[in-house]
Amino acid sequence: MTVEQTAPPAQLSRDDRRAMLRTMILIRTYEQAILREYHADKSPGFDIGAGLIPGEMHLSAGQEPVAAGVCAHLTADDALTATHRPHHLAIAHGMELRPMTAEIFGRETGLGKGRGGHMHLFDPATHFSCSGIIAEGLPAALGQAFAFRHAGSDRIAVAVAGEGAANQGAFHESLNLAALWKLPVVFVIEDNDWGISVARSASTSIPSNAARAAGYGMPGIRVEGNDVEAVHAAAGEAVARARSGGGPSLIEVHTLRLWGHFEGDAQGYRPDLEGVPGFDPIPGYEQKLIDAGVVTGADLDVMRGWASEQVEDAINYAKNSPRPNPDEALNYVFVEGPQS
Amino acid sequence: MSTVAENPARLEPKPLPVEPAAGTRKLNTAKAIQEAIGAEMEQDDSVFVMGEDVGAYGGIFSSTTGLLEKFGPQRVVDTPISETAFIGLGIGAAVEGMRPVVELMFVDFFGVCMDQIYNHMAKIHYESGGNVRVPMVLMTATGGGYSDGAQHSQSLWGTFAHLPGMKVVVPSNPYDAKGLMAAAIRSDDPVVFMFHKGIMGLPWMVKNQRSIGAVPEERYEVPIGKAKIVREGTDVTIVTLSLSVHHSLDVAEKLADEGISVEVLDLRSLVPLDREAIVAAVSRTGRVIVVDEDYQSFGLSGEIAATLAECDPGLLRSYSRVCVPDVPIPYARELEYAVLPTPARIEAAVRAAVGS
Repeated sequence: MTVEQTAPPAQLSRDDRRAMLRTMILIRTYEQAILREYHADKSPGFDIGAGLIPGEMHLSAGQEPVAAGVCAHLTADDALTATHRPHHLAIAHGMELRPMTAEIFGRETGLGKGRGGHMHLFDPATHFSCSGIIAEGLPAALGQAFAFRHAGSDRIAVAVAGEGAANQGAFHESLNLAALWKLPVVFVIEDNDWGISVARSASTSIPSNAARAAGYGMPGIRVEGNDVEAVHAAAGEAVARARSGGGPSLIEVHTLRLWGHFEGDAQGYRPDLEGVPGFDPIPGYEQKLIDAGVVTGADLDVMRGWASEQVEDAINYAKNSPRPNPDEALNYVFVEGPQS
Repeated sequence: MSTVAENPARLEPKPLPVEPAAGTRKLNTAKAIQEAIGAEMEQDDSVFVMGEDVGAYGGIFSSTTGLLEKFGPQRVVDTPISETAFIGLGIGAAVEGMRPVVELMFVDFFGVCMDQIYNHMAKIHYESGGNVRVPMVLMTATGGGYSDGAQHSQSLWGTFAHLPGMKVVVPSNPYDAKGLMAAAIRSDDPVVFMFHKGIMGLPWMVKNQRSIGAVPEERYEVPIGKAKIVREGTDVTIVTLSLSVHHSLDVAEKLADEGISVEVLDLRSLVPLDREAIVAAVSRTGRVIVVDEDYQSFGLSGEIAATLAECDPGLLRSYSRVCVPDVPIPYARELEYAVLPTPARIEAAVRAAVGS
């Protein structure tokens, strides 16, 4: 079953819509702050390993509708596995900003005490994990779903990957196994059109990865328009199916990578670059909710102010947190016994 | 991702007896492994077995025989031939508090799923700063000697031991196999449990007499990371593991009649490596031979030489190694046995060492 869907559902409440907008604004505010901090001490010459936030940085601006629309259906007891570009999903799933940000800054108070970094956020409180290896974050979600079902609960696992991951073996193995065992999993593909510099049309043999779901006997749906309400509708069905024992589903969302693959990516390969800001999903959704009388301009100011407070608090917390002790670099290789 | 307090499976289990007397009941290694897994499954509902042909078939090398009948298909789970998916599934179940025993049928197949093993299973605890545990056993068959060719005969334990974050145990006999499997399942760390097909005591493969041995009926542990002197001697120390322990003991027995006294150290674990035991043994004899069915270069034998050199370069009067030279394992029997660490090669190495 592959269907195209763009129409928003009728049942979204005023509070649902405001909550999704607020989540998207929080994510964007966060990514803008990380962008600012990441580049603040990398000039005049860009040195990827320098500065308060070193290393690769994959920001998720433009992909907020996926996170807000899917995570609206989850609680912190549900598992979520994400990718090398994880911030939007982590935030929408309720990860605390302070330990998340401290990890990105490589501090001892971070989620991984500075051992993980921005591609390796593991949060037991929200059952969130991510992997920097394309498609390889999917199998763990199967196991989390397996454990939830073994325990007799209705908790589910959501496995998120990019469109490039749909050409990886791990993706296909995971879909088959999840469908075979009717595991409570929802697969979400974020199609942002680009696998670093390679266009989706140059990497993928079919126009919709949702069509691949049929090959595994599960429902598949492609959501066009980077529309948070359409994502919400599709995810609602898939999450309900998983929770009720109906097995896995696949959702592909045609979304937007507003910025580069990573910071420092000049995107010379991208012919649509000039028009990209015009596709930003947030101003459009703000206007839509204003027109519908769901928010006012003053409400938006309040949301933005709240988001900014949250984000700047987390940034300050991270900056003021202690750095890890180099003498403890070998800690946590193992739980038990010597560390090597 | 549960904390210790939230998940009963994570409650500190009562410690098991450590290496109790073996008694008189004899089992082959395959039955010892089955018994260890079954006993932990009885104790702990979160333990389950998963892999290719682990159910009705009982594991291609009989590591899981009888478990399906006892525990049913929900806990003894046959998988598709999708090693990435089911090893990753084990990881996800482990981080949520279960204790999977996942079988990779042949270690040679790691090539199709190594990302889950070394980038995920082995790294999540570290990357999470100790907040997420992966209490999982990856059980896998190793070794050659029966003409299974270059893709089904490798040992490869050095590859796993090289990559940080997973414990690696390589038992040589039924007693150690049962105790190490119990320890592996109860460990909060990921453990790679590597059994040589030639130590399992399978009726359809040539086997050393030491593949069958005394095993206590009770549950017990063999501690991970502890080597064992399985034969004392004064002239030369053989540092070895797995099936090569059997060959080394055979050679030691034969040469004892000529007055050559050979000590045999069974490493049992590679990670953590019992470096103290290695240094202590070599301190007594001064002559060391590493017998290792893994490839020679960049592996265990070099690591042992480095360990001794870093401790005291003056310790060594002689050092040699009997390994698989750096060549794919050949098919034809005469070619395969030309590269395996056979008793004849071990004996020649001992004679050369004591003559030096």
